[in-house]
Amino acid sequence: MKNWPLFEIFIRSKNGLDHRHVGSLHATDAKMAIENARDVYTRRMEGVSIWVVESKLITASDPGEAEALFEPAEDKIYRHPTFYDLPDELKHM
Amino acid sequence: MTTEELEKKFQERIDAEEKIEAKDWMPADYRKTLIRQISQHAHSEVVGMLPEGNWVTRAPNLKRKAILLAKIQDEAGHGLYLYSAAETLGVERTDLIDDLNSGKAKYSSIFNYPALTWADMGAVGWLVDGAAIMNQVALCRTSYGPYARAMVRICKEESFHQRQGYDILLTLSKGNDAQKRMCQDAINRWWWPSLMMFGPPDANSPHSAQSLKWKIKRVSNDELRQRFVDMTIPQCNILGMTLPDPKLVWNQDRGHHDFGEIDWVEFNNVLKGNGPCNKERLEARLNAHNEGAWVREAAMVHAEKRARKIA
Repeated sequence: MKNWPLFEIFIRSKNGLDHRHVGSLHATDAKMAIENARDVYTRRMEGVSIWVVESKLITASDPGEAEALFEPAEDKIYRHPTFYDLPDELKHM
Repeated sequence: MTTEELEKKFQERIDAEEKIEAKDWMPADYRKTLIRQISQHAHSEVVGMLPEGNWVTRAPNLKRKAILLAKIQDEAGHGLYLYSAAETLGVERTDLIDDLNSGKAKYSSIFNYPALTWADMGAVGWLVDGAAIMNQVALCRTSYGPYARAMVRICKEESFHQRQGYDILLTLSKGNDAQKRMCQDAINRWWWPSLMMFGPPDANSPHSAQSLKWKIKRVSNDELRQRFVDMTIPQCNILGMTLPDPKLVWNQDRGHHDFGEIDWVEFNNVLKGNGPCNKERLEARLNAHNEGAWVREAAMVHAEKRARKIA
């Protein structure tokens, strides 16, 4: 028999925090994916909310294009507050 | 880029302690080694449930039973984390399961030994899980990202396993003479197989050098084994029990304990399928898989039906 679809699982560990990717599992549908994710990833109170999404629906950037995507940020250090050399008298800014 | 250039760049990333992720370029052998190692590891978690399943209905009280069930459920989860990590390398879960069920894939030989008494649940937790933790803590730094992340998760849960095992033995060690004997007997039977879990000596471990170079493996078999021996002896003393090795002695010069020769003939024999429980374990897996087939089919049909209703 063929594999059940693969789902990626995201857990919010407590309210106020982002959902975070924790792993993946196979399930027949999203409802079962949530039930299984509850059993697998929150047995020790690790979560208060679960997102599941079928893995095939995720579009990922290509590692081969990492330079083109991320290098332009490297020479724009003026985007960081520490780039600016301001007088010491200036206490809070 | 040529394959040679790609391989050189790959090794540079490894040397710089960069993690390799699923979609990154990797040498075919790196991928193959990982698939073999991670799936074997997953199979071991799954087969590892069987010796313990033997004692669920015979646990001495309800608390022990609930704890044992929780531990077994963890092992199933560990199998799942690892299968998922293997799948990121482009293999199908069903193929991995088929390889286990057909006997083509290996799992840790330790689970081909029987769990004869309740004390075995203690010895398995303390020694077998203890040895596994030693290995798995080192693997938290493995170079393949999804494998490393699975290991971190597993190590967090595994510590409970070892402590609950030790707790079982501690209770027995304070019991009556029969309970003390039972405790010692389980330790005697599990000690040597636990040492074998670290694999053959470095000199006879053909894949080790390459795996260390690729940082799939971070610490050699012999070194992990030595750490385990050194760590276990004081724990054994607290139990007031002994380890079944007359050659076990502190070596001041080395700063480690010396220990006796491991019976590698037995190790290879169990590996080849001639251990006390090889046949039983595989049959149990196969039965579970076959008897669960209708459940998997029904669940899929049910999901399809529900999807049609919603559409």
